[in-house]
Amino acid sequence: MRRSKYIRPAHLENGSDKPRLTTSAMIASIAGPDQPTKPAPFGNALAALAHKDDGIVGMTADLAKYTDLHVFRSAHPDRFYQMGMAEQLLMMSAAGMAREGFQPWVTTYAVFASRRAYDFICLAIAEVMLDVKIVCALPGLTTGYGPSHQATEDLAMFRGMPNLTILDPCDASEIEQAVPAIAAHKGPVYMRLLRGNVPLVLDEYGYKFELGKAKLIRDGKDTLIISSGLMTMRALEAAKHLQKDGVDAAVLHVPTIKPLDEGTIVAECRKGGRLVVVAENHTVIGGLGEAVAGTLLRAGVLPPAFRQIGLPDEFLEAGALPTLHDQYGLSTLKVTEAVKGWLSK
Amino acid sequence: MEPTELERIARQIRLRDLQAVYEAGAGHIGGEMSVIDILTALYFRVLRVWPDQPKHPERDRFVLSKGHTACALYVTLAKRGFIPEEEISTFLQPHSRLNGHPNNNKVPGVETNTGPLGHGLPVAVGMAKAAKLSGAKYHTYVITGDGEMQEGSNWEAIMAAAQFGLDNLTLVIDHNRFQQGAALADTNDLAPLRPKLEAFGWEVTEINGNAMSEVVPALEHRSSRPHCIVAHTNKGHGISFMQDRVDWHHKVPSKEQYDLAVAELSEAI
Repeated sequence: MRRSKYIRPAHLENGSDKPRLTTSAMIASIAGPDQPTKPAPFGNALAALAHKDDGIVGMTADLAKYTDLHVFRSAHPDRFYQMGMAEQLLMMSAAGMAREGFQPWVTTYAVFASRRAYDFICLAIAEVMLDVKIVCALPGLTTGYGPSHQATEDLAMFRGMPNLTILDPCDASEIEQAVPAIAAHKGPVYMRLLRGNVPLVLDEYGYKFELGKAKLIRDGKDTLIISSGLMTMRALEAAKHLQKDGVDAAVLHVPTIKPLDEGTIVAECRKGGRLVVVAENHTVIGGLGEAVAGTLLRAGVLPPAFRQIGLPDEFLEAGALPTLHDQYGLSTLKVTEAVKGWLSK
Repeated sequence: MEPTELERIARQIRLRDLQAVYEAGAGHIGGEMSVIDILTALYFRVLRVWPDQPKHPERDRFVLSKGHTACALYVTLAKRGFIPEEEISTFLQPHSRLNGHPNNNKVPGVETNTGPLGHGLPVAVGMAKAAKLSGAKYHTYVITGDGEMQEGSNWEAIMAAAQFGLDNLTLVIDHNRFQQGAALADTNDLAPLRPKLEAFGWEVTEINGNAMSEVVPALEHRSSRPHCIVAHTNKGHGISFMQDRVDWHHKVPSKEQYDLAVAELSEAI
């Protein structure tokens, strides 16, 4: 019998027993070159908040580092629970702790929370309005690892769940503000997480996060881009490019996907004759785009044209993230081109 | 309360449960008959509870994970004083709070919503862990069905309970050997349960779950590890023609069958 010989990997040589972790594919940054960033805004905000609130506990299904919960683990080791790779248990034991008066913040990847633990979140947490905060990394297309890790339909799934508040924040400053805001909201929350070195974008616009509120970040007379999550960053960048070409783009940021700020959305869309574009890091099915479309139809507001920028209804390819964002139309360049194309017709 | 008195109460609960299912025209009578002795021992002897204060912070926590046997829980709660006894006649009626599966939002004394199987034990792990963190002295009990143990979420919870050293948690598996559609042995046969739980680091006690003299001491037992009681029971226990018959999982008796069952249970009282 032939046996393969174990070859010691090169990075274990030179006296170091510590493997050198290269996880760039998993945690690929969405920050552009030279863009200001902040490290682990979620983990730092939660650790700070927990100094003031001893009811906060942190729980994860073996993904502390990749959800920035390791910062909380270091600050509050007595209130951190490693639940193992068991997402159903993660949600249910959080439900049990919430029933006993604690406020669990549970983290995993968005694919696991949505696809694997849906039934458990729905009936054990949402139906009984338990105060559990579910914070999930790798929303939409934020990893190049392919369909197993790309939560392209999490918003569609969770929008159908009664009682659940859903957030899709844009940048580090928004995540920092959202953490205390959703802690103060008594009830279940699902927040899409940008982790690692997260871009700082909205501070430049003097933005203040308010739970349940859409905010006009910039105004413009030619088109209104309604966006959430990292697509607000892309929309703002695209708006600057469009400006150079004489196109005046407004950007309405919608960080709270549910409950949706229908009043602000309808009011903005009523303001005369603008192309309405909804941009989201999610499949075009069942996310912000269709939520806005339904809202406008119900309100009887019909813009001259309505378009969606989002992921196609298919399982996406694996690869380098910038390439994929170009391929699927989420990059600044592709957003700019799309808006220009629609306006020229 | 002594075992003989508990047995008498269990028979009364069986009779009322039978009547409720017959009147409602629906229910899960087989699994209710198998679990009623354990429910009786819990509510009339073991659990520290205050029916007039169902949310008392020091109460022991009890989770009925096999939520489809809700009627047996409602009858037990009514007999113990959590809800009016006459309310049992509203079971499954429109606008009644006594639904087919127990709802914590509606019914005082119901600790957790259950119905989807595999939900009770992982929630109970969270409750027991919360007590470890807060220093609360309550004990957490959960009852699952044996077929229910096919749900993977239970084994996630079993792993974690041992890892967290939850000596304040007792799992009772109502091992009546039948699930909805077939015998456990003909489905995914998990028996014997003892070595599986032991392999996960739990202390295991095996009892006759329809014998009060064995049920009570097992429930009162305390261990340094999470404790599992494998309660060997009979589906349809106490009613001869229902016993160990898979079709009585959720069958409803005819008038003749109902009269016969009432006669058998009344004789015992």
